Amino acid sequence: MNFELSDEQELIRKTVRDFAESKVAPVAEELDREARFPYEIVAELAELGLMGLPIPEEYGGAGGDTVSYAIAIEELTRIDSSVAITVAAHTSLGTMPILLFGNEEQKREWLPKLASGQGLAAFGLTEPDAGSDAGATRTKAELRDGQWVIDGSKIFITNAGTDISACVTITAVTGENEISNIVVPNGTPGYEISAPMKKLGWHASDTRELSFHSCAVPEGNLLGERGRGFQQFMEILNGGRISVAAMGVGLAQGAYDLALGYAKERRQFGKPIAEFQAIQFQLADMATEIDAGRQLVYKAAWLKDHGREYALAAAQAKLFTGLLSNRVVNSSLQIHGGYGFMEEFAISRLYRDQKILEIGEGTNEVQRMVIARHLGL
Amino acid sequence: MKIAVCVKHVPEGTSRIDPGTKRLDRAGEGALNHFDANAVEEALRLKGDSDTEVVAVSLGPQKALDSLRKALAMGADRAVLVSDDAAAGSDLVATSRLLAAALAKEEPDLVLFGQQASDADGAVLWAAVAERLGRPVVSQAMELSVDGGTVHVKRQTEHGYDTIEAPLPAVVAVSDAINEPRYPSLKGIMGAKKKPQDVLSLADLGVDAGDAGEAGSRTTVLALGDPPARADSQKIEDDGNAAQAIVDFLAEKRLI
Ligand SMILES: Cc1cc2nc3c(=O)[nH]c(=O)nc-3n(C[C@H](O)[C@H](O)[C@@H](O)COP(=O)(O)OP(=O)(O)OC[C@H]3O[C@@H](n4cnc5c(N)ncnc54)[C@H](O)[C@@H]3O)c2cc1C
Ligand SMILES: Cc1cc2nc3c(=O)[nH]c(=O)nc-3n(C[C@H](O)[C@H](O)[C@H](O)COP(=O)(O)OP(=O)(O)OC[C@H]3O[C@@H](n4cnc5c(N)ncnc54)[C@H](O)[C@@H]3O)c2cc1C
Repeated sequence: MNFELSDEQELIRKTVRDFAESKVAPVAEELDREARFPYEIVAELAELGLMGLPIPEEYGGAGGDTVSYAIAIEELTRIDSSVAITVAAHTSLGTMPILLFGNEEQKREWLPKLASGQGLAAFGLTEPDAGSDAGATRTKAELRDGQWVIDGSKIFITNAGTDISACVTITAVTGENEISNIVVPNGTPGYEISAPMKKLGWHASDTRELSFHSCAVPEGNLLGERGRGFQQFMEILNGGRISVAAMGVGLAQGAYDLALGYAKERRQFGKPIAEFQAIQFQLADMATEIDAGRQLVYKAAWLKDHGREYALAAAQAKLFTGLLSNRVVNSSLQIHGGYGFMEEFAISRLYRDQKILEIGEGTNEVQRMVIARHLGL
Repeated sequence: MKIAVCVKHVPEGTSRIDPGTKRLDRAGEGALNHFDANAVEEALRLKGDSDTEVVAVSLGPQKALDSLRKALAMGADRAVLVSDDAAAGSDLVATSRLLAAALAKEEPDLVLFGQQASDADGAVLWAAVAERLGRPVVSQAMELSVDGGTVHVKRQTEHGYDTIEAPLPAVVAVSDAINEPRYPSLKGIMGAKKKPQDVLSLADLGVDAGDAGEAGSRTTVLALGDPPARADSQKIEDDGNAAQAIVDFLAEKRLI
């Protein structure tokens, strides 16, 4: 048993923390208020190699492990969720399908562009009538004259409509009881992207509705074997859950840090409120649960890095940290009192950014379904 | 060209000095002295795409390798750590002796220092090391260039700028205004492990244990104290009228 992070993992944490505090924190509130996509920050993250952290070096990535990747996502979320989900969706959802299921030609075509952060990748699974029941996909792709002709729509898709969005991997019905994944480059005729959706949180993250009208892409844009789409997206979601769980830990840590700082400064009844046991106990609970959540996330990441079965651990980590971050932002805002309800206080943004962690990449209920299945139920 | 950069691993956080030993508290986490990140950055800037070798040099405990690794991750080519139990508790004179011995082995054309260490804040080591090496020293560099065998330095002073040149080999302490240090890239972090990292003992440097650490230090720290509390300070809590209270205070003191 060894709880020690490697020297590299420690240095990645320090570097990303330092970057998040000095480059992201000063603009997070403004980006959120103006619902502005963080182009400058993404460019800087790209320069650091953070847009392709777990992608192998031969395809232009940094060749990092999943633990390092989780640490990076955790540290970004501690400061700003919109930036973190931009990186996480790009990496785990957008780029991974091409790395895992693409052939050599597809990898050479897409990965260097994506891993270097020149282009942003999206994953279009969810449809208006296929959410938790993602297998109910209705979007159709028909093979005609060497091209996939796509018709249908997707909803709530992250990273699809920015100026640097390069492609979206969509799930589509390609035959009877047959789902496949197909890469659709941005700019393909018939691929239309809605205006940004208005959201409760994640204001600086790009979320769109997509529609496909006789949208034709080359036959070679199919990822992996035809008809393997369902298994493929399940595998993508398993990995993605680790990054969303890392977001839960990071968000909780950020909210806890704010609460701790505030409780020491805010004076009522003649002393800092941190001296009241009722406040101390809340902080003690938060610190304990955050530690527990972090262990679950790192364990899931470690299992994945060691080629072990990790789907159960990832679902447990995501469920636990979703609920954890909910409790922690709630307690933290409570500790901030009325000030926490004001937009100038970062906790109000963290509070709004929390809820989606219990919904995206599988709701709490879906995680419980996955866990129950592993229990043999 | 070969550039050596002296970097210190400094304690992070609040408890920087151990009240018992009156030495720097090395128990907790440490980090690369942020003033030295400016020196590393400047060395890397001078290196550019050339084949100049940048060597990071530190004296400290094994943990100081963390800071050297950060320098490597930023782009330095090689690291040298002088680490020896007998070096613990070195004062300025003893520290300068050890660093000078390590630098003498390296024979760099240019030695860069940060302006000061953020823990002990001496801001003197570069002068002492240059003296021992018998090399010219320029401090507070806020612009630096090398052409041929000469280093040109724009030096920041209270009154303005001095423009100085000195023949190589030379020692330069950079100001923290000289540049904005880069973040180590992920590739740099992953690659750092593969770069040479040598750990040298006093014996490797040919320095006698009696000339290092406490034995080699003639100064003794007797006591540490907090700065005296400001007797006549006044704290204004913001109940919505703080700005007015501050204006009144300044007016009363005839400052506005
Ligand atoms: C409380 C306290 C009081 C002290 N008082 C005295 C005293 O009165 N007289 C005395 O002689 N010593 C004293 N020392 C010891 C002295 O500070 C350190 O021994 C010493 O290393 C000198 O300077 P500095 O750390 O202040 O470095 P500075 O002179 O501030 O450092 C300048 C630059 O030198 C380089 N550098 C510094 N240390 C290292 C290192 N270990 N390895 C590589 N590069 C380095 C860095 O580039 C740094 O930016 C004291 C120490 C403490 C903790
Ligand atoms: C900001 C944002 C970004 C997103 N980004 C992406 C993206 O990049 N790509 C993508 O493909 N999708 C994305 N999504 C979609 C997201 O994954 C879905 O919203 C999510 O999977 C839930 O689907 P749904 O919204 O249709 O909810 P529904 O499936 O309609 O669920 C409604 C409720 O019913 C519950 N429920 C459903 N089935 C069961 C059951 N069998 N038992 C018990 N309870 C059940 C759910 O848990 C939930 O509470 C994003 C969503 C948001 C809000």
